[in-house]
Amino acid sequence: MDYKIIIIATVVLGIIGLVSAVILYYIAKKFRVEEDPLIDEVAELLPGANCGGCGYPGCKGLAEAIVKAGSLDGLNCPAGGSSTMDNIAGLLGLSADATEPKIAVLRCNGTCELAPAKSLYDSALSCAYANTLFAGESGCQYGCLGCGDCVTVCQFDAIYMDPETKLPTVIEDKCVACGACVKACPRTLLELRNKGKRGMRIYVACSNQEKGGVARKNCSVACIGCSKCVQVCPHDAITVNNFLAYIDFNKCKLCRKCVEVCPTGAIHEVNFPPRKPKQQTEEVNSSNESLA
Amino acid sequence: MNHLLKMKRMKTFKIGGIHPEDNKLSKGVEVEVFPLPKQATLFVNQNLGAPSTPVVQKGDHVKVGQLIAKAEGFIGANIHSPYSGTVTKIDPVADFMGYKRTAIEIAVEGDEWMEHIDTTPELKKEITLSKSEIIDKIKECGIVGLGGACFPTHVKYMIPENKKVDYLIINAVECEPYITTDHRMMLEKAEECLVGIEALLIASGAPVALIGIENNKPDAIAHIQELIKDHPKIQVHPLKTKYPQGAEKQLIHALTNRVVPSGKLPIEVGVIVNNITTCYAIYEAIQKNKPLIETHLTVSGKSLENRKNLRVRLGTPLREILDYVGIPEDTGKVISGGPMMGKAIANLDTFAVKGMSSILFMNEKESKRGETINCIRCGKCVLGCPMRLEPYLLAPLVEKKDYEACEANGILDCIECGSCSYNCPAFRPLLDLIRVGKGRTMAMIRNRKS
Repeated sequence: MDYKIIIIATVVLGIIGLVSAVILYYIAKKFRVEEDPLIDEVAELLPGANCGGCGYPGCKGLAEAIVKAGSLDGLNCPAGGSSTMDNIAGLLGLSADATEPKIAVLRCNGTCELAPAKSLYDSALSCAYANTLFAGESGCQYGCLGCGDCVTVCQFDAIYMDPETKLPTVIEDKCVACGACVKACPRTLLELRNKGKRGMRIYVACSNQEKGGVARKNCSVACIGCSKCVQVCPHDAITVNNFLAYIDFNKCKLCRKCVEVCPTGAIHEVNFPPRKPKQQTEEVNSSNESLA
Repeated sequence: MNHLLKMKRMKTFKIGGIHPEDNKLSKGVEVEVFPLPKQATLFVNQNLGAPSTPVVQKGDHVKVGQLIAKAEGFIGANIHSPYSGTVTKIDPVADFMGYKRTAIEIAVEGDEWMEHIDTTPELKKEITLSKSEIIDKIKECGIVGLGGACFPTHVKYMIPENKKVDYLIINAVECEPYITTDHRMMLEKAEECLVGIEALLIASGAPVALIGIENNKPDAIAHIQELIKDHPKIQVHPLKTKYPQGAEKQLIHALTNRVVPSGKLPIEVGVIVNNITTCYAIYEAIQKNKPLIETHLTVSGKSLENRKNLRVRLGTPLREILDYVGIPEDTGKVISGGPMMGKAIANLDTFAVKGMSSILFMNEKESKRGETINCIRCGKCVLGCPMRLEPYLLAPLVEKKDYEACEANGILDCIECGSCSYNCPAFRPLLDLIRVGKGRTMAMIRNRKS
């Protein structure tokens, strides 16, 4: 008796399975969507983080766009960088635009110490919300709110909140310049800038558009729009609009003259070797060269 | 027993609602006129809608009641000088949130009024103006809803041709804890308010005006009931105390049992709602030609000893008011407006604006939020919501940035009363998130249209 039940069950289930398999097979044949196999191959080469930095919904979206367009003009994977684009170009037999590697840079330096808090924020931990409620703990309406919307949005764990300064810090090796943080910041404090030679770059770490005196009331390292950097820059890379200096990274030749002249220290230099020894070695080098 | 039966018959709204401690600590304090400051600053954006454009220049001499900023756009309100003196600056100044906004600074010299304003205190009962003249006067005098939203009042009376007003509702509910200005207004200036209501009856063409007062103000109810014997078109309705009864839609439901459809204005169901203090401002405007240059402020708090109801000229520095009452030592937070819907003042160096109805001092313990823990779907937020929304669902949707789903779940109907956050045993910032979501959802809808 017991055997029979088991056999019947197995046979019935087996038949159902077989019939379904046949139906599925025919449906799969009949409604097959023809897709360019290249799309999958290109998608394979992309990082697969679906960060959206390219402007398409996910890596597959970009792959489709690339294959459809048949060229790489204007299509770029910021996360993968030039090596990924070279690989794709190689696969498709195209040539990729040479793009400079970029990195997200915070244009605010209002740390707890330099821009002391006048009020305390105790609500939903979201910059988007804090922005609707008040100007910021320091009182600067252009500065970082410190709630970390950029940190939560980063897919690559490339930003963390520094507990001491209460400012987001970008980890250079991890940032792929997908631009997600730029979009997330309600005050657009983050900017994608050229990474620069050996990571050396100069930027204005302030976004305050108020008159100098007003800006300095809330933050001691605010850009006051004095234009000293504009005068000293030999490459015309700096412009001042609304009492705020901006350095064009395409024109900047990293001479660091503006950093020296800035009265508030709003202009930052990153990854430069220490100043004094470097100048000396340069001199030594040049003298050596001249000797040679 | 009789008393209980009376309670039972009392009206209120049916859905949701909460019962916060009412803390009307300053209800026995008479309204005091706050002295003129030496220096005053008036923001040009004091109403819902477009900011007004300044019509004075630096160095101009102004008198009390003189127009200094003209309304812009359809939803806008005029601003008049509350002082006589010289305009010293027109510059961005930090408002209570800390954001810089254009403001007119006046150095106060004496108290010289415009000639056409009647400054005598006597009551003028007879209304000589016609319907359109009343509305024009309200518009000219820059009157906005003084319940807190600052919606320009004249816009409410631009009634579409196919609509008829069945009820004029006067909001004297004052459901927010602590605030007592409307209460004092009803006790001290009731007759003036009633004349204002008569004028609004003419302006709206409504056959009847209903004054809704919560039953935690029995003296005000009795006083107004006594006075309306001369006003056959005005009725007083005591309401069962429940927050947020003072919200427009809830009050309409409580008094007329009508439900304003989602996304529509009260005029859709033939109702116009005005605050009682606005009625007083309207009385002053049409009978005395006095524009809106003052605001009534409750200054209160549990630790504050010197609680006050003040009549303050617009543009008075908050610091002067704070110094006048003395900031309690254990203050953790200063709030503009009620504790439920008001906003914490991030910048105390700012100035009084239209519709600022109270300054509250919360002590350190009251002002801190509890530690947020996980939602256990207890549904207390749903129970409290007067708009039949599900805050436990909306808040995570906002966190996930699914604004389509937010819209489908009626996030735009939220009246931001804060009942959900008040009820939440896990101290989740529900309203905070819903507010973000509302803004984003509206932006999404605007984008879709364009």
